Order: sequence, then structure tokens, then C-alpha cells
Amino acid sequence: MSGKVIVITSGKGGVGKTTTCANIGTGLAIRGKKTVLIDADIGLRNLDVVMGLENRIVFDLIDVVEKNCKLRQALIKDRRFDNLYLLPAAQTKEKDAVKPEQMVELCEELKLDFDYILIDCPAGIEHGFKNAVAGADDAIIVTTPDVSAVRDADRIIGLLQTYEITDPKLVINRVRPDMVRRGDMMDVNDVNDILAITLLGVVPDDQSIIVSTNRGEPAVSDPSSRAGQAYRNIVARIEGEKVPFMSLDFDLGFFERIKRFLKK
Amino acid sequence: MDFINRFFKEDTASKNMAVERLRLVLVHDRASVSTGLMESLKEEMFQVISKYMEIDEKNMEVKLNAGERSTALIANIPVKKIKR
Ligand SMILES: Nc1ncnc2c1ncn2[C@@H]1O[C@H](COP(=O)(O)OP(=O)(O)OP(=O)(O)O)[C@@H](O)[C@H]1O
Ligand SMILES: [Mg+2]
Repeated sequence: MSGKVIVITSGKGGVGKTTTCANIGTGLAIRGKKTVLIDADIGLRNLDVVMGLENRIVFDLIDVVEKNCKLRQALIKDRRFDNLYLLPAAQTKEKDAVKPEQMVELCEELKLDFDYILIDCPAGIEHGFKNAVAGADDAIIVTTPDVSAVRDADRIIGLLQTYEITDPKLVINRVRPDMVRRGDMMDVNDVNDILAITLLGVVPDDQSIIVSTNRGEPAVSDPSSRAGQAYRNIVARIEGEKVPFMSLDFDLGFFERIKRFLKK
Repeated sequence: MDFINRFFKEDTASKNMAVERLRLVLVHDRASVSTGLMESLKEEMFQVISKYMEIDEKNMEVKLNAGERSTALIANIPVKKIKR
């Protein structure tokens, strides 16, 4: 087997990389793909709590690269979803405790066993970013529809080229249809035109993300979550299916309808 | 139609400002990220212009200048001699 290594990155912090990594990973596992999530955010471990696996950590990424344990020992198997594993970040070590070459080696080893290796990248473009992208074959760039996040995403797209990742995929997160409708938030086309990379999906701003994070159960496994549906669509697209982009135009207001009618 | 658009404040929508500001700032970000872009532009400009006039390559200046509404490519190219 030769799996695919995908880094999930953004530049700007707090836009939803960890949430996206947890949901896509869980979604792939639900579809029967053997998937491992690597938390590369050393010192700011988070993917474990989002996945609800924080109580099961024994070894971490640094233990693996320093060979304090076998790779197999550090992988936490998710009991709810077959095929799903987590390699947690170290919480206490220094950020530069891992080198890019070690990440490449780790990814190569995991490729032999897994269909998908997803790497949750830390914010920024320093050491942690370089480690996270070193072994990646492809990238998913997460942004929110605001000026600073899109600007940082653009910077990341440029930097990824130097790592020979030339076709990164875009996820636009936390879109608020009400604000888009009022003209107070950039819409999918605006962001997509500016960044000009392949659009992988659009995730609405949704309270169910917060609820599911509280519980440690990714929203993708909740059939009633809208964000979960968006992530299921993203997973299907990663798997090569053609899924139409979700319309975020539910409950159009009265004036909006008149305006659209007149515009035709 | 115009009046309806105005009624709905299309032009002042804050997202339009976001798009416009982003486009401007990215012109710069991209030019500096792709190191060498300005250098190779300058080099090629030098070659083209040299066909028509003798210019001072050392003091030739090519840069991007961001205004409030647009970005301009500014070139300052001292001419030594016009070729005939
Ligand atoms: N679609 C969404 N709807 C509502 N809340 C969201 C959504 N996506 C993310 N969030 C919330 O935003 C916060 C930041 O998300 P997350 O931790 O995934 O971002 P990050 O990019 O990994 O941050 P960091 O850069 O710190 O690693 C979290 O509280 C998360 O629950
Ligand atoms: Mg994170």
C-alpha cells in the first residue's frame, strides 16, 4: 500500500485546521479508509481533545522520532471508528525537537500501512510549518472569509510551491450565509477568485462544531449537523466523487428574493 | 435597477472593500514572495529597451507602488543615448 500524505495548513491561527483535520480523518475512516492523524502542533497539543482521545495518550510524536518507542505503540486506535488512528503531539518538548528529515521518514513508514496520513499543521510559517509540510504529498489550505486569513492563505500557497506542492486544495470555513447575503462577508466566489486554487469545500459557521468539540466527537459523524454534511462532501471529493457544492442559501429573506428576481 | 442596487447598498457593502483591499495587498505579497520576479522583469525590460536606446542599467529602478485604489508598476530608467 502507498498512502497519501496530506497536510492541513492555513498560516493564520484559529481558522479551523484542527477541526478540519479531525472531521476529514473521521470521515475517511467511516468510509473504510485506513487513516492516521498526526498532530504536528508541538507544545500546543489539541487534536487529541477534539477527537476525544486525550485520556489514552502514552507516547507521542517525539517519542517516535527519538525512538523511545515503536511507531505502533504510539498510535492510538479510535475505538468508535475502525481504521482511525491518532499520533499525538508532544506537549512538553521544544518545538524544534523534530526535524523535517525525521518527519519525511515517519511519513514514508506510515504510507506503507495507511491509505491516508493527515497532518495537522500549527499556525505560522516557522519551524512547525516546515516539519508539517516536509513529508506531505498534497495540502489542504483552510481559510475563513476574512481579509487577514485569505492573505495568509495566499502566502502559504506561495510557500508550498517551494515544497513542490503545486495543487493545494481550498476549504473555506465558518461561512455565514446571513452576512454573505448582507454583503458583509466575502462569498465563496470572492475568496476562490483571489486565491485561484482548487476548491475542495465550504463549511458553514455552525454551533454543532462547538457542541461536537465539547463532546470529543467530530461533527462529520453526526447526520444532523450541517457542518458535518459539508465535511462529508469534502471527504467524498477527496475520494474522487463529484459532489455539487452545498448551497448556503437556505431561508432567503423576502427582500433578497425580490432583489434576485429583479436582477434576472 | 440602479436605484434598487443603491437601495440595497451594493456599493458600500463591506465585503467589496475586503475584496479590493485584498487584491491590492496581494499584488505586493506575491511580488516579494516570488523572489526574482521583479529582478527578471527588470532584466527583460533592460533588454527590450536597449534595442531602442542606451540606458543606464546601474541606476535603473523598477518597483511596485501601491496607491489607495490601484497598484502601479513604476520604472525609472535613465537614458544615455537614443539609437538611430
Ligand atoms: N465551522 C465552524 N463553526 C463554528 N466554529 C468553528 C468552526 N470551525 C472551527 N470552529 C471553532 O473555532 C475554533 C478554532 O478552531 P481550530 O482549533 O480547529 O482552529 P486551528 O486553525 O486548528 O487553530 P490553531 O491555529 O490554534 O491550531 C475552535 O473553537 C472551533 O470549535
Ligand atoms: Mg490547531
